[in-house]
Amino acid sequence: MDQPKNKRYGMVIDLDKCTGCGACMVACMAENNIPFRDDDTDKLLSVSWMHVYRLSNGKPFPQAEECFLPRPCQHCEGEHGHSPCVSVCPATATDYDMHTGIVSQIYTRCFGCRYCMAACPYHVRQFNWWDPVWPEGMERALNPDVSVRMRGVVEKCSFCYSRYQTALNRAYVEGRRELAEEEYQTACAQACPAGAIVFGDLNNPRHRVHRIVQPDLAHGGRPRNPKAFRLLERLGTHPKVYYLTGRDWVRRAGDNEVQKS
Amino acid sequence: MDSALIPKGVERCPLGRFLAFIAIVGAVLLWGVVAMFLIYIKGLNQTNMNNAYGFALWIWADLAVIALGGGAFFTGLLRYIFGKAELKNIINYAVLIGFVCYSSALLILAIDVGQPLRAWFIFWHANVHSMLTEVAFCLTCYFGVLTIEYIPLILENRQIERISFFRHLAHNMHGIMAVFAATGAFLSFFHQGSLGGVSGVLYGRPFGFRSGIGIWPWTFFLYTWSAAACGPCFTILVTRITEMATRKKLVKDEVIDLLAKIAGWMLVTYIAAKIVDTVYWAAVTAPAMGFTLMDFYTNNPGSAYGLWILIAEVGLCGVLPALMLIAPSVRRNARLLFLAVLLAVLGACLNRWVMILQMQAVPVLPFERWFTYFPSWQEIATTILPVAYGIILIAFSYRYLPIFPQEAELNPLPEGGR
Repeated sequence: MDQPKNKRYGMVIDLDKCTGCGACMVACMAENNIPFRDDDTDKLLSVSWMHVYRLSNGKPFPQAEECFLPRPCQHCEGEHGHSPCVSVCPATATDYDMHTGIVSQIYTRCFGCRYCMAACPYHVRQFNWWDPVWPEGMERALNPDVSVRMRGVVEKCSFCYSRYQTALNRAYVEGRRELAEEEYQTACAQACPAGAIVFGDLNNPRHRVHRIVQPDLAHGGRPRNPKAFRLLERLGTHPKVYYLTGRDWVRRAGDNEVQKS
Repeated sequence: MDSALIPKGVERCPLGRFLAFIAIVGAVLLWGVVAMFLIYIKGLNQTNMNNAYGFALWIWADLAVIALGGGAFFTGLLRYIFGKAELKNIINYAVLIGFVCYSSALLILAIDVGQPLRAWFIFWHANVHSMLTEVAFCLTCYFGVLTIEYIPLILENRQIERISFFRHLAHNMHGIMAVFAATGAFLSFFHQGSLGGVSGVLYGRPFGFRSGIGIWPWTFFLYTWSAAACGPCFTILVTRITEMATRKKLVKDEVIDLLAKIAGWMLVTYIAAKIVDTVYWAAVTAPAMGFTLMDFYTNNPGSAYGLWILIAEVGLCGVLPALMLIAPSVRRNARLLFLAVLLAVLGACLNRWVMILQMQAVPVLPFERWFTYFPSWQEIATTILPVAYGIILIAFSYRYLPIFPQEAELNPLPEGGR
């Protein structure tokens, strides 16, 4: 089978493996120079590209069950790259890269209108309500490959795009044009101690993420794996983040159903 | 003391009383200016917006004032394009109210962005797919048109008019005003519509999303239609309030009656279309996205967004004022007419409120809860700021410019008057 030239980087998160430890969140913050405040308890004001939700089946003991659901940017493809956020940004400060399938955010072009935040049903887009203030000495520990963001702009998960650029540069120096699967991995995928997060090219049949999800590319990447699902599938956002579970209630928690209510 | 500036044949209150009034409203304005600078210096953390409520009071205020300022383009369209000559007696005031509304919207937008110094990026890096881009371009152009329409009024001030160049300029500008009225109607159609599209295109937000024709969701047309219906109602409302404040009749009843009648029929057709849109959205669009109508109106904190809000918008502030305004007996009754236009104005404001605020309050992810929001005092102050500015501009314009052509006739001065 011919491999499509364009990549569609995506992620699959096994919710039955996730323990909710939060290592993915911490790794993401360290990798991407995510700002924090002395009191960061109000999660609607803080920035976290990777957020772990705690889901409950709502039943009493002994049927009570919980599930932790890590939520990075879903890197929606929409129709022809018109993801909910990309098409609304008035200043083209967010972009759908047809070569990688990654939804980017151009911090120096964003002027903070927040229309993309209103457009995103997953709440992955967050606003810098304050300028970042790093504890003394921490400036030296910041990742030099990732620009820090100023007050008044929106930011979100980039699938650790700086790692992609670094890996691609290295490959070019070595005379290659293709990246091996392990050459470009996100910080959260590498940090997960349970191995619940798998990252790779959904277009590449050799990549684990493709083999697990078995995406139906003719139908917006819908998973063929019966255990896999995407959040809010009905909206037609065509996310590239998939979730795996064997539990029916978890799967149903991923989308709205008319008959449910 | 300022009698030389006051238009001929009309009477104004003593300067001291006028300045006292301006000082009171000016204090409110100053409060808003303080809040504005606080926001510019410290940032949007001075608001109660958050990552779930990226759009809030300001965006609502923007959408509401632009809808209400729609009286300028629609009255201009009726006066200059459809030849409703009687409306020349209220067109000046409609233009002034429109100017106030649109300048207020631009002011609020300038406060609302996180990086105000980059606001020009919306023009420089314009994304043609974004409704906000269309809003920015059309709104800015139309504000230019409103300024051109307002300038001849300023030039008609008694002292400025004495300068031959300005007198002729005002005369000639009046002569070609039909061109600007047509341009204004064209631009308004698109930016009013684009504001409707702001929520209508959000296919990730089932409460706001609507199907439509081509790239335009139904809300595109509904917003334009509602602005054409409720904008003139706002013009009538402000005219009546001005008459109460000045204790004078400023516009003849037949002029108000004509505008109210047209607004009434516009409101009838709008609200019929709105009901069809709501039914289709509730029965087809939302269920396809996994939502029932009641998902949007139940289980929210304090029932702030209960079904009552839909009934209030469509019924109390939609159907009722529409039926009232098309009834001649209601239009002839000053109190009932006031109530009808007030309800219509509230209906437009409520529609913009739900399409912005409720759209974000509704949880889309099944494991999230309703989001709540109450504005900070800085947001409230900066939203009242343009109201104070508008009152001051209207007060100065009324005092020194011949805004109401029928005022002298309706309020003859006693013998020996100016």
